Amino acid sequence: MTPVLEIRDLSVDYGQGAGAVHAVSSVNLVLNRGEVLGLAGESGSGKSTLAYAMTRLLPPPGLITGGEVLHHGRDKEPVDVLGLTARQLRSFRWNDIAIVFQGAMNSLNPVSTVASQLDDIYRAHRPEMSRGQRSKRSAELLRLVGISADRLGAYPHQLSGGMRQRVMIAMALALDPEIIIMDEPTTALDVVMQRQILEQMMRLREELGFSVLFITHDISLLVEFSDRIAIMYAGRIVEQAASEDMYRSSAHPYSKGLLGSFPALHGPRRPLTGIPGSPPDMRTVPSGCPFHPRCPSAFDACEREIPVLEKLSGTNGDSSRSVACWLNTPSLSGHPGVGAT
Amino acid sequence: MRFLLRRALFYLVTAWAAITINFLLPRMLPGDPVQAMIARFQGRLSTDAIASLYVLFGLDTQTSMFSQYVTYWGNLFKGDLGLSFTYFPTPVSEVISQSLPWTLSLMGVTTVISFVLGTMIGVYAGWRRGSWIDSLLPIATFFSAIPYFWLGLIAISVFAVTWGAFPAAGGYEPGLIPGFDWEFISSALYYAVLPALTVIISSIAGWILGMRNMMVTVSSEDYVTVAHAKGLPERRVMLGYAARNAVLPSISGFALSLGFIVGGTLLVEMVFSYPGIGYVLFTGVNAKDYPLMQGIFLIITLAVLLANLIADVVYLLLDPRTRKA
Amino acid sequence: MKSALNGKTMAGLAIMGFFVLIAIVGSWLAPYDPSAMSSDIMEPPSGAHWFGTTQTGQDIFSQVMVGTRGVLIVGLVAGAIATALSVLIGVTAGFLGGVADEFLSALSNIFLVVPALPLIIIVTSFLPDAGDFLIAFVISATGWAWGARILRAQTLSLRQRDYVEAARATGERTWRLIVFEVMPNLTAIIASSFVGTVIFAVLSVITLSFIGVASVSNWNWGTILFWAQNAQALAQGAWWWFIPAGLCIALLGTALALINFGIDEYMNPRLRTSIGGKVKMRVGFTPVLRQEGGRS
Ligand SMILES: Nc1ncnc2c1ncn2[C@@H]1O[C@H](COP(=O)(O)OP(=O)(O)OP(=O)(O)O)[C@@H](O)[C@H]1O
Ligand SMILES: [Mg+2]
Repeated sequence: MTPVLEIRDLSVDYGQGAGAVHAVSSVNLVLNRGEVLGLAGESGSGKSTLAYAMTRLLPPPGLITGGEVLHHGRDKEPVDVLGLTARQLRSFRWNDIAIVFQGAMNSLNPVSTVASQLDDIYRAHRPEMSRGQRSKRSAELLRLVGISADRLGAYPHQLSGGMRQRVMIAMALALDPEIIIMDEPTTALDVVMQRQILEQMMRLREELGFSVLFITHDISLLVEFSDRIAIMYAGRIVEQAASEDMYRSSAHPYSKGLLGSFPALHGPRRPLTGIPGSPPDMRTVPSGCPFHPRCPSAFDACEREIPVLEKLSGTNGDSSRSVACWLNTPSLSGHPGVGAT
Repeated sequence: MRFLLRRALFYLVTAWAAITINFLLPRMLPGDPVQAMIARFQGRLSTDAIASLYVLFGLDTQTSMFSQYVTYWGNLFKGDLGLSFTYFPTPVSEVISQSLPWTLSLMGVTTVISFVLGTMIGVYAGWRRGSWIDSLLPIATFFSAIPYFWLGLIAISVFAVTWGAFPAAGGYEPGLIPGFDWEFISSALYYAVLPALTVIISSIAGWILGMRNMMVTVSSEDYVTVAHAKGLPERRVMLGYAARNAVLPSISGFALSLGFIVGGTLLVEMVFSYPGIGYVLFTGVNAKDYPLMQGIFLIITLAVLLANLIADVVYLLLDPRTRKA
Repeated sequence: MKSALNGKTMAGLAIMGFFVLIAIVGSWLAPYDPSAMSSDIMEPPSGAHWFGTTQTGQDIFSQVMVGTRGVLIVGLVAGAIATALSVLIGVTAGFLGGVADEFLSALSNIFLVVPALPLIIIVTSFLPDAGDFLIAFVISATGWAWGARILRAQTLSLRQRDYVEAARATGERTWRLIVFEVMPNLTAIIASSFVGTVIFAVLSVITLSFIGVASVSNWNWGTILFWAQNAQALAQGAWWWFIPAGLCIALLGTALALINFGIDEYMNPRLRTSIGGKVKMRVGFTPVLRQEGGRS
């Protein structure tokens, strides 16, 4: 498995100085070529912030305060997205990484037609395409997502919610990107539509071979559709594992709680336990492990020091598995890499 | 189309309301000043004229309110707004038709220039929020707080009295005969520079501030983020996605602003003795020429309604969502 | 509330407070009787007459000081009445919905499009003697519509919020619902529409005085300009006659506008001009500021 996008130590703040909110802290995450990586966590845990930060699309007062986002192009040297100039960044966007946003209802410009919003993409990235090629490609894209080509002239308000989201997916495919980020692509839709769209997306992935970063707080969807899952809490990744492992034997108490709070769609039913309490206000994150006030198995070390993400010897020897929890550290004292903040 | 019909219907109702207010005002407010005025002009007014004034102001208590109202409408449709006291015995409609073109051209040109320029600056200021342009905002605020007429006074004292570069009063070189010849038109343009600049400078700040705030709000809409994510050139995102949407409220908010601009422009005409409706209104106010004042109010209201209807058509063209409904 | 009291609001409130103070004590502090004539005719500003004198030897500084009261009284009274009207009409329309809403909205839209200033001019010139309060009344009668429209929209959206629906479901009385559940959430909008109407009223009363429709024997900044214009102060180069009053108007207007900016930015934090910090924010291109050493 070769990585296509590698996030190293990424940190994001909202605001500067004393009042800054540390929305994402030292996140490490790898997206491999062709895989679906799921990212889950409660509302406010920083999932969207992380996704936007990777492409430097955070709205003010968002600010990237450290780290690297390495893109491994097909046969190119890896480049740090955070170091690109505005021009390089523009050409990187959508060519290599496309995004389907949370709240798709507002993702389309209400005053222009679907065709013209698709055309904008070709004009910016493929200036050599003729008018005929452009409209042919647009029709083809709509067909890919199951919309008839005569909707090209439609305005967003003339489309249903599900159609709008399909149009967004069609747009994301326009330049054959290597990576597609989907930030809660289906939360606004009903369950049937949700399923249809996700299944279609996965079919397209088989066909076209892009990688997906799939963000949602519906963990049952993740278990079903992703290859690996990362769990986020209070701006940090707390656990990362293959989908199967995560579902069967999650190592972090938070992941356990999260998995417990959703009824499983397939497989054996498990009791719904949920997580007591509510996610922390990001302005006043608890000391030590941010989860400790809600953690059923917290002990004194958890209050003092932040656990780092460490490789876990997986049940079946899978090396990609890691967790940030003191429960999984055999000897607590004198552990390297544990620094007080 | 439904949208336009509804708007047109609304403007008709508004026009009706304005005309009815105009009808009721002299009848509901103390009638003495009108009567006194008629008494003062008694010697110079023909019996016909007095009769028409009685109808206009409802002083002939013989007839019922309702039949007065019917006669009033009848006169309106004939274009009869009564006789002006100040320009006696010229009919009000004639006084107005002579001054209206001046006002319409001054106001039309300045409003368009100020809207377009102000919106463009606002687009940029909103897009580049936090840049040096933001430091101009307090100045813009200050200018938007200055009454138009006072700025006109300053302009006269600086550019006309002290510097002498522009005329202080009037609409064209005295002695010229209005007509479509180059000499007259160039003179009219020259005389219009100061009043026009005054109106533009006074009104532009409002457009800048409004547009800036709309741009800031729209810039965080999802579709703008998507446009950035698509890697479009910044100009395209700014104009085609953000500004294109941000300008819509500006156009639908035109109604309110237009009332202010009209009021301000009338005052500017007064201080510049510009031969438009504002100046005529000023002379009417000073001479307590009620028929003239009322006629002017009616005409201005109708013109504003028409301008609003035009703004609605523009809105319709710019926003596809209204086109269907 | 801390964010509502940002620099702009503070500056606006300070200037406003200054003028209110002058309005209260101005007539005692004024060195001369503003209407008293003297032999110092058309004098430029000097130690004896800070803002100079008029053609009849009146002290302009005293006129400005004494005239502040008239401006503020009309502004605040008209603002208060108009705001009360707009709350009444806007909130009622938004809350009741249906035919009542259609009717009240149409009414406010009519008042919005009919040009206010010519209407005010006509109404006041029909009135035999237009004193401050009468003028305030006329201005508020034409100036309530904008606030009513905004309040209606906001009420409409509040009405659909859960807690109002919940209170409604428990059978709470309509007026209790409006006063205790809806109104508190409208405070910022009401405040901003009050300030907006005060700006409108101040400009209107000054304009009316300037063109001589309002009683010119009541001193206010507009009356000063009226006499200056009548005496052709411009042509005579007596700039001191119209500069102080005009600057006061602009300053008061700026102060009120600043207060309103503060309220707007409080309601919509994105509008703030200074984001603070050393890095420049740019929409679509998040800045990268790598900190020394980073943090864990
Ligand atoms: N503009 C902002 N200013 C300050 N804090 C912000 C801002 N935007 C987001 N945050 C904070 O950053 C944190 C992460 O937000 P983010 O939107 O990334 O969460 P999320 O995991 O995507 O949640 P959801 O599931 O609701 O989409 C939140 O705690 C939020 O309070
Ligand atoms: Mg999110």
